[in-house]
Amino acid sequence: MSADEVPSRPELVCPAGTPAALRTAVDAGGDAVYCGLQDASNARNFPGLNFTPQELAEAVTYAHRGGARVLLAVNTFPPAGRFEVWRHAVDVAAEAAVDAVIVADCGVAAYAANRYPRLRLHLSVQAGASSPEAIRFYCREFGIKRVVLPRILTVAEIRGIHEAIDCEIEAFVFGNIGMMAEGRCSLTSYATGISTNMDGVCSPASHVRYEQAADGSLSSRLGPFAIDCFGCEEKAGYPTICKGRYTNRDNPIPYYAFEEPRSLNLSSLLPDLVRAGVSALKIEGRQRSRAYVYEVVAAYRRAVDAVVAGAVPDLGHLLALTEGQKQTKGAYETRKWR
Amino acid sequence: MQEIAIGPLFFHWPVQERRDFYFRIADEAPVSTVYLGEVICSKRIPFFAGEMHGVRERLERGGKRVVMSTLSEVTVPADRRAVREACAEAGAEIEVNDASALWWLDGQRFRVGQLFNCYSGETLAFLASKGATDVCLPAELPAPAIAEIARSASALSVGVEVQVYGRASLALSARCYHARAHGRTRDNCLFVCERDADGLDLRTVDGTRFLAVNGIQTLSHACVNLSREVGRLQRMGVSRLRLSPHTGDMVGIAGVFEALVRSQISAEEADHRLAALGPDLPFANGFFHGRPGFERVQEGSATRAAEDT
Repeated sequence: MSADEVPSRPELVCPAGTPAALRTAVDAGGDAVYCGLQDASNARNFPGLNFTPQELAEAVTYAHRGGARVLLAVNTFPPAGRFEVWRHAVDVAAEAAVDAVIVADCGVAAYAANRYPRLRLHLSVQAGASSPEAIRFYCREFGIKRVVLPRILTVAEIRGIHEAIDCEIEAFVFGNIGMMAEGRCSLTSYATGISTNMDGVCSPASHVRYEQAADGSLSSRLGPFAIDCFGCEEKAGYPTICKGRYTNRDNPIPYYAFEEPRSLNLSSLLPDLVRAGVSALKIEGRQRSRAYVYEVVAAYRRAVDAVVAGAVPDLGHLLALTEGQKQTKGAYETRKWR
Repeated sequence: MQEIAIGPLFFHWPVQERRDFYFRIADEAPVSTVYLGEVICSKRIPFFAGEMHGVRERLERGGKRVVMSTLSEVTVPADRRAVREACAEAGAEIEVNDASALWWLDGQRFRVGQLFNCYSGETLAFLASKGATDVCLPAELPAPAIAEIARSASALSVGVEVQVYGRASLALSARCYHARAHGRTRDNCLFVCERDADGLDLRTVDGTRFLAVNGIQTLSHACVNLSREVGRLQRMGVSRLRLSPHTGDMVGIAGVFEALVRSQISAEEADHRLAALGPDLPFANGFFHGRPGFERVQEGSATRAAEDT
């Protein structure tokens, strides 16, 4: 597509941690909703979240009636001896007639492609495929129809990838932004023994503690490790290792060694992303409330419609929904982010 | 008899130190296999390119099998070119750390690196069908999964390797944290990572040593040491023990693990020697025991042997 061509309408892909959130996302104008089952087979395996097989089947019916698609994330890495859980998740997805399964592990992808050749497969961001060759490999081996790109590429690089591959591109546009390559982070595992890749949990609440010191300052801890410390005037953040403050030989004052706690918000880059060949825009946040899902999805619905109509989208008020009310365009704008 | 391997060097050592390190490994270390090649940052590759041929030859003359490891994070044109060129080299055995190498190696034999996610026998079976002859398992894999995958590997005639020494690679990113620590970006890093031969230590706000940064990689502060678990790894059928290079006496460290494999010394004796030979880091084996990775579990290696067979 040339720079001045009117972009085609991209799909808005929305998070659903619960059946209620799924209905909310569909009602708010989501084109597709992604969700997971209540086990380690997906990357948001939190208590109180996700779907039973029965709920998934009902969700598919509800979404299809509203003209939306359902994507099931089976995007963690089964450790030897527990593969059956992931196989079951793929079976449930096929049974519920979801519109696509989002996979990351080669073994899971091979099972899905062989057992259900007509099941549409998307490559999860957890697979960390950030080059045309890596993406082509997954397409060649498993017939992947869409790749969810890691949040590490500039818009120009995304355009380059689009021109070099045959499958669709989905890109994150809003929500939490992890600093580590997805699917390749054992930081939580190192601090708590619970693995992001194998158990589907990053910084589990069960291992989080807040400790108040005599001077009123508050430290947030994951396992035994202090991830950050907050003065009385600061709002204490959740202890995610890659958003903590640390010191080193050259930085005796605690600094954000990896990244500051900020949320991704690409509303101002939407026209560029669509022109770069992104055909699906993804909102992060399966762990978020229905109210949050409604606000973000509705706002992005308006923004995408404005972009397609050639108007300028306005998402200023979304700032209130970002982490610590701070937002970033992450890696998408410039290589200097790296 | 279990073999010992020297894994790819994660750190950016000065050319001469790096060359001398491999020469000494070639001449003196009781290891079967040495992994060469840059796995962390393509910007480092040109520094050692001129020495690679000589080092390889010296290692092969020393009776070592040389495997070329490839980049773990492949994004920019320089990364992609490095992987393509490594995979195109005739006769070289390749260790894959990213799916982009698998694209180029279609139909050829390869090894699966520690930084490519292979957590199960089912996943290994797929990779074996594509040509995998060996796999080095992810650092966070617990003992029951290692045992299970080793059984699958045996049926597939695939060799299994487990890291038994060195800081654990915990995360990869597109951002260079070494550059960030110095107010720079990856594109203008000026190779500050060269200053930290074992990584740059990160402390928590209350002073606890926690992690180490090495370019785009984040490592554990603690040094993985599976001296107490060598017996269990043998019984599981793990064919090779990987030592991840650090400053200190890696030849001596290889000797300690050789002595463990031959049951010539106790784990306690091994720990004493390893503490003296390597950098000053606490030892950890938590991942192996399904515990937080930083922990060192005291349990003897014999007690849970029944679970592994």
